[in-house]
Amino acid sequence: MSPQPQAAVGAAEPRVDARLRVTGKAKYAADNSPDGVVHAVLVESSVGRGRVTGIDARAAEAEAGVLKVISHLNAPKLPPVQGGFPPGQRLRAFQDDRVRFFGQPVAVVVATTLESAQHAASLVRVSYDAESVSTDISVAEPADDPETYARGDAEAALESAPVRLDLTYRMARNHHNPMEPHATVAHWDGDRLTVWEKTQNVVGAVRTLAGEFGIPPGNVRVISPFVGGAFGSAARTYVHAVTAALAAREVKRPVKLVLTRRQLYFGVGFRPAYEYDLSLGGNRQGRLTASAHDIRTESSRYERHSEHVLEPGRMLYSTPNVRQAYRHVPLDVSTPWFMRGPGYASGAFPVESAMDELAHELGLDPIELRLRNEPADDESTNLPFSTRRLRDCYRAGAREFGWHRRNPKPRSTRDGDWLIGMGMAAGVYDTQRSAAQASVRLDADGTALVQSATSDMGPGTATSMTQVAADALGLTMRQVTFRLGDSLMPPAPVHAGSQTMASVGSAVQDGCDKLRKQAITLAVKDEDSPLYGADAADIVVRGGRLFVKDEPTRGETYQRLLARNNRTHLEAMGSYAGAPESEKFSFYAYAATFAEVAVDARLGLVRVRRMVGVYDAARIINPRLADSQAIGAMVGGIGHALLEHTVTDHRDGRIVNANLADYLVPTHADMPDMKAIYIEGEDYEADPIGVKGLGEIVIVGVAPAIANAVFNATGRRIRELPITAEALL
Amino acid sequence: MSAEHPVQAQTPPVESPSAPTRRTFIATTTAVGGAAVVGDLVAGSPALAEEADGVEAPPGSRVALTVNGVRRTVTVDNRTSLLDLLREHLDLTGSKKGCNAGACGACTVLVDGRRVNSCLTLAVRLEGAEVTTIEGLAKGDRLHPLQQAFIDQDAFQCGFCTPGQIVSGAGCIQEGHTGSPEEIREWMSGNLCRCGCYLKIERAVEQAAGRKG
Repeated sequence: MSPQPQAAVGAAEPRVDARLRVTGKAKYAADNSPDGVVHAVLVESSVGRGRVTGIDARAAEAEAGVLKVISHLNAPKLPPVQGGFPPGQRLRAFQDDRVRFFGQPVAVVVATTLESAQHAASLVRVSYDAESVSTDISVAEPADDPETYARGDAEAALESAPVRLDLTYRMARNHHNPMEPHATVAHWDGDRLTVWEKTQNVVGAVRTLAGEFGIPPGNVRVISPFVGGAFGSAARTYVHAVTAALAAREVKRPVKLVLTRRQLYFGVGFRPAYEYDLSLGGNRQGRLTASAHDIRTESSRYERHSEHVLEPGRMLYSTPNVRQAYRHVPLDVSTPWFMRGPGYASGAFPVESAMDELAHELGLDPIELRLRNEPADDESTNLPFSTRRLRDCYRAGAREFGWHRRNPKPRSTRDGDWLIGMGMAAGVYDTQRSAAQASVRLDADGTALVQSATSDMGPGTATSMTQVAADALGLTMRQVTFRLGDSLMPPAPVHAGSQTMASVGSAVQDGCDKLRKQAITLAVKDEDSPLYGADAADIVVRGGRLFVKDEPTRGETYQRLLARNNRTHLEAMGSYAGAPESEKFSFYAYAATFAEVAVDARLGLVRVRRMVGVYDAARIINPRLADSQAIGAMVGGIGHALLEHTVTDHRDGRIVNANLADYLVPTHADMPDMKAIYIEGEDYEADPIGVKGLGEIVIVGVAPAIANAVFNATGRRIRELPITAEALL
Repeated sequence: MSAEHPVQAQTPPVESPSAPTRRTFIATTTAVGGAAVVGDLVAGSPALAEEADGVEAPPGSRVALTVNGVRRTVTVDNRTSLLDLLREHLDLTGSKKGCNAGACGACTVLVDGRRVNSCLTLAVRLEGAEVTTIEGLAKGDRLHPLQQAFIDQDAFQCGFCTPGQIVSGAGCIQEGHTGSPEEIREWMSGNLCRCGCYLKIERAVEQAAGRKG
């Protein structure tokens, strides 16, 4: 805990970069046009598997303005790359003739204008030796090396359980679909590469690009001050970014490559579809005795993507006997990638739906069933929970939502043609923390500049970091500027996994603490300072003025101190080491989401009427931003539950709804009333600023809460997401 | 409004290090207080002369339109959308390309006071048109009431759809479709927000509409 007064942290401050964002002046990747920039447009494979046997680029090259058509036939050889994540053979830029999935880039056209590049790309004739594809998880064989987990003897306990449910759940593939398409603007100066990239990870992008071109990381600079949403999609550097840089090197001009909306469905990952067999065993009193979880989930053939889908079923409820198996199904698709609440949001649907089914079977209230199975500690690790305020979430949520008004008998509440139902679900997400650094500079005018190579895909990173810095330095927020999104800044981990506040925030606080102490030391040793001889530990800073805590009149400002000592500035580097190798606690954020739905009895149309989300995310740095994150996640959860479904034509692996008219996402007109509540409390075991992360937890449990409400409304248990009108007819 | 001009068959200027860049070139042609100055601009970056050898220049047209109160006369590739004209040629990157298919609204601008998806609007059709983009809403340092309302209500997160939402909201208010939250939601449904800020956007539109009326 900081000895400093906390004035900014906890306040509902507006975003520090709001003005840039509402005036159109915030520069996202594709908004950059270095002098002489030319445009690149990808040509994608129209088969789902096979080899490229020929590329006829003559017509394209004859188009006005076309500078070059690059494919595996003429692309320079790139050095081999090793390792990397996820495990497998990374997709490279035109290094072989293999087609691994429908939509894979097979060529790129570079032209002086976007119009020419687009048209020329349509003129490139590609011939293939096509092979049959396997893209259907329901028929493809999983790999024979499952990841497994077990405690106790789940099979025996299920056999002897007085109550047993054997259920199969399915979830469709979802695409992140951030509003900003992925984009790269690449510029070479000799063997130095500068890239404006949509990324949640400027540091990782440097590593990937340097490796791809075999140049030192110091030769690569990645700039990404604004990210137009990502939800995970920009936490990886994809082949299109390498392609832009490759093209820029080939044509010796800066190159801008912006993916089309359609290309995003093939090029930047997705939340993988699954089939999840779940068996629950318990006694008549509602105590779980056993569970068995078998998941088959999409992966690509060239890489292996895994998510924490099984974790909720492992630690959310006290269950003595658990058996789990995670099976990858390698398909002719592009590699899946983490999407908001990765793993946990997927895993919460079967677990939280099944708990609702069990409650119904036992005639117990769904909250009561969950309370009866609250674990004393984390049974998957045998570690105590650092903080777990899930009971508080249930209580506060039930009260705010009016849970007592729910009729437990399904299909018993009507409003005209509409069947009304209420449902709830719990959520959990692990608290991740990684090593981070932040530089702090206090200038003689009393203003500070804090920098770290983190990102902001929407949560308001710069704002919350400014709050932490302002309090630790004893400045107002206006006196602090926080900059991010440039790999030249001190390194930060990927802006994902809800770890930014814990990791970068802790580094910011550390750097500001160091700088403040430097100033205090300077003052107490300075004979001309009113603070001369005071105990440094008694001095706090507020509004840029250092003073003795119990003697507020004794003090002076940073400006006077620096001016008198002829110092133009003070500097410090803050750092945070990240999570220890071996944890002493089990760290998770928790959620309870409540939903009321109306289902048209004849048409099967589902409308969410209202939602309440209650969260244990520990300390909240900015309630205004936290509220927006939670409400936004409920909206995303409505999509997950009712709308979002990537449809593949399994004959060739083509995604048939690769656009925002056919892949449905929630709109203005879909909005219910929504309310978010954060349970008060801190978690200083987790990290020095006491947060547990909140961007992910807020979506975990939204979909099952809606699904459970649909059951309560209709008596129909839909075990497949999204819940469509067809399924309810 | 879409008066046709004959196709301009012009030789693109040769680019050299000392030549003005594309953007300074346009700025030069537009800095004459609204006087119509024809630019030798064929769809953006002037191609290198040698690259243009032996290939036919794409068909272009001359268009005079007013963007955020500034008269612009440009010669554009007939395929250029209003959105690409704004973003790639006029350095007005506030309007965003979210889908390029009219499905997301991130590119919303006002043309003669009406909301349009600029990605679906060909620039050559805009002879004489008045275009207002997000960059044209504020009066100097004074934000448009809806811009201020977006800040007050925290009606955005990543900010990418925000320019389109604000321009669309300004149109929605002008049209008078702000009688109830439901009406606002209905008339704003052409603008997607993946961060899920809809409720706050609706409140912002309500706030600005109230202030206006």
